[in-house]
Amino acid sequence: MAEKQFTVIADTGIHARPATLLVQTASKFDAEINLEYKGKKVNLKSIMGVMSLGIGKGADFKISAEGSDAESALNSLEETIRKEGLAE
Amino acid sequence: MTFLNGIAASNGIAIAKAYLLVEPDLSFDKKTIEDTSAEVERYQQAIEKAKSELEAIRDRAKVDLGPDKAAIFDAHLLVLSDPELNNPIEDKIKTENVNAESALKETADMFVTMFEQMDNEYMKERAADIRDVTKRVLSHLLNVQLPNPSMIAEEVIIVAEDLTPSDTAQLNRKFVKGFTTNIGGRTSHSAIMARSLEIPAVVGTKTAVEEINNGDLVIVDGLKGEVHINPTPELVEQYRKIHQDYENQKAEWAKLVNEATVSKDGHHVELAANIGTPNDLNGVKANGGEGVGLYRTEFLYMGREQLPTEDEQFDAYKAVLEGMDGKSVVVRTLDIGGDKELPYLDLPKEMNPFLGFRAIRLCLEQQDIFRTQLRALLRASTFGNLKIMFPMIATLDEFRSAKAILEEEKQKLLSEGQKVADKIELGIMVEIPSTAVLADQFAKEVDFFSIGTNDLIQYTMAADRMNQRVSYLYQPYSPSILRLVKMVIDAAHAEGKWAGMCGEMAGDETAVPVLLGLGLDEFSMSATSILKARSLIKNLNKSDMENLAAEVINMQTTSQVVDAVNKAIQ
Repeated sequence: MAEKQFTVIADTGIHARPATLLVQTASKFDAEINLEYKGKKVNLKSIMGVMSLGIGKGADFKISAEGSDAESALNSLEETIRKEGLAE
Repeated sequence: MTFLNGIAASNGIAIAKAYLLVEPDLSFDKKTIEDTSAEVERYQQAIEKAKSELEAIRDRAKVDLGPDKAAIFDAHLLVLSDPELNNPIEDKIKTENVNAESALKETADMFVTMFEQMDNEYMKERAADIRDVTKRVLSHLLNVQLPNPSMIAEEVIIVAEDLTPSDTAQLNRKFVKGFTTNIGGRTSHSAIMARSLEIPAVVGTKTAVEEINNGDLVIVDGLKGEVHINPTPELVEQYRKIHQDYENQKAEWAKLVNEATVSKDGHHVELAANIGTPNDLNGVKANGGEGVGLYRTEFLYMGREQLPTEDEQFDAYKAVLEGMDGKSVVVRTLDIGGDKELPYLDLPKEMNPFLGFRAIRLCLEQQDIFRTQLRALLRASTFGNLKIMFPMIATLDEFRSAKAILEEEKQKLLSEGQKVADKIELGIMVEIPSTAVLADQFAKEVDFFSIGTNDLIQYTMAADRMNQRVSYLYQPYSPSILRLVKMVIDAAHAEGKWAGMCGEMAGDETAVPVLLGLGLDEFSMSATSILKARSLIKNLNKSDMENLAAEVINMQTTSQVVDAVNKAIQ
């Protein structure tokens, strides 16, 4: 299993457009991908799951991936997160 | 052929096929299903159909409305593919033997409730997204066509109960030739929108939605407030001529773009425009506006997730001031509350929002919001001719408090080394009868008045302007309203100040002659009304209108006033 820790730096948090981008990216992979925030774990391929967390600026969250393409899924998500200036 | 009467909300004639923007019936019965795998398949097919429909809408929206407005459809598409929504629905069909419609509805409702209960306005709005998507899938399960206004590809007239801002945002101006709605008046959102888009509209027809079918040929007569359904060829021909005459008339008015507004006997008044965003300046220039008499700053605060920053506001104010090139720009400070809500402020619902916590009342209480706006305005003040106006002032104390806060922010900026214009005129909107009655006292302290007639009329008549059943009390020409207007103008002049008007009444053909006679200095209206008003004033003698005004304020009823005006301007 691959996992990575992030801290949100975007003013808007993981809302609307950022959430859409993350779910679109995650959905391209076969791996089971989860996002964990404040002890709650949601499917990163679920837009409603991600939005229901209401992750704001400064929050710490973790993305984990399990499956054959877990590594590349995580790299691709990290790239999206950095390119959009969402988190670090 | 049928004929409907309504309120002429936006000038011009439109002839096109009807497009009904109405919620179709999506009701269904809960059923027990034997062949559950066929039912799951039916559900999946509906999802696929909804997806391709949404993709087409998104692609069209990207081209017509830009990627920003199209982004919402990307989010909707993801909801359609969401495993957390689809898996439970398919499970429900299989384990509970229920039809796809009820499995979808029950599961989606659960998510809607979950989002609605969240302690965050943004999340609450997501509930609306889920409802929207559910509706689309349901429509495919039930084989009912949902209206897709963004997919309109031929000239149409939109027929609706009412039009919300998000409805209008989705309309393609190229194809929408006119509006007609069941409810609303001259000052409702749909009417204001139609005027700013320069599309003919008739609102408040009561039954347009019921009487008109999709595809019917419709004439919208925005000059008289009539709607003709499936007219005879003769009538269409007649209207084509009226349309042509109106276009010729507009071309005639257009010649007045660069002229000053001077009455026959040489009295000059200023015709200014009401605007909502810096983008509206094009319309102001094209229509020969001599200034901006009302810049409604609340649009900066609406349709977003948090308050606009000081810099964002500064940029907008600077753009307007520079765009007007030294001409007067009256900026109204935040007028939120009443019918204009900001979800992110999370204000409690009120029984009487128009009489409640709004505009200056809110700004004096939540001063951080007010101070940010004032700082942005003060910083922008050096880029043009800025005048600041406070809305909903009811007492002199309110004006003094607002002025003191402005002064504090000015001193702070100066001590930070920022530049602020030396002289910024400071005025108030007169829209509450208490202020109109005490105008002589206010006039000693303010630099100007601007009469906000939409609210002044509703407060004076005690008639909610959103309530169709009391709309007969919206009487701008009532002698009672005219007397209040006279009090305000006279009070201003007695102290050497100026008085303007920024409600719908300022551009109204019947009101303008009386207002000219009462001595109004500035008339601020929809940009598209300016040239018509200029042409009218150029044909009037102010001295005659003074006599008319003196006569009408002593009349007993609105209809007497209207008759007297019509006689005088013939």
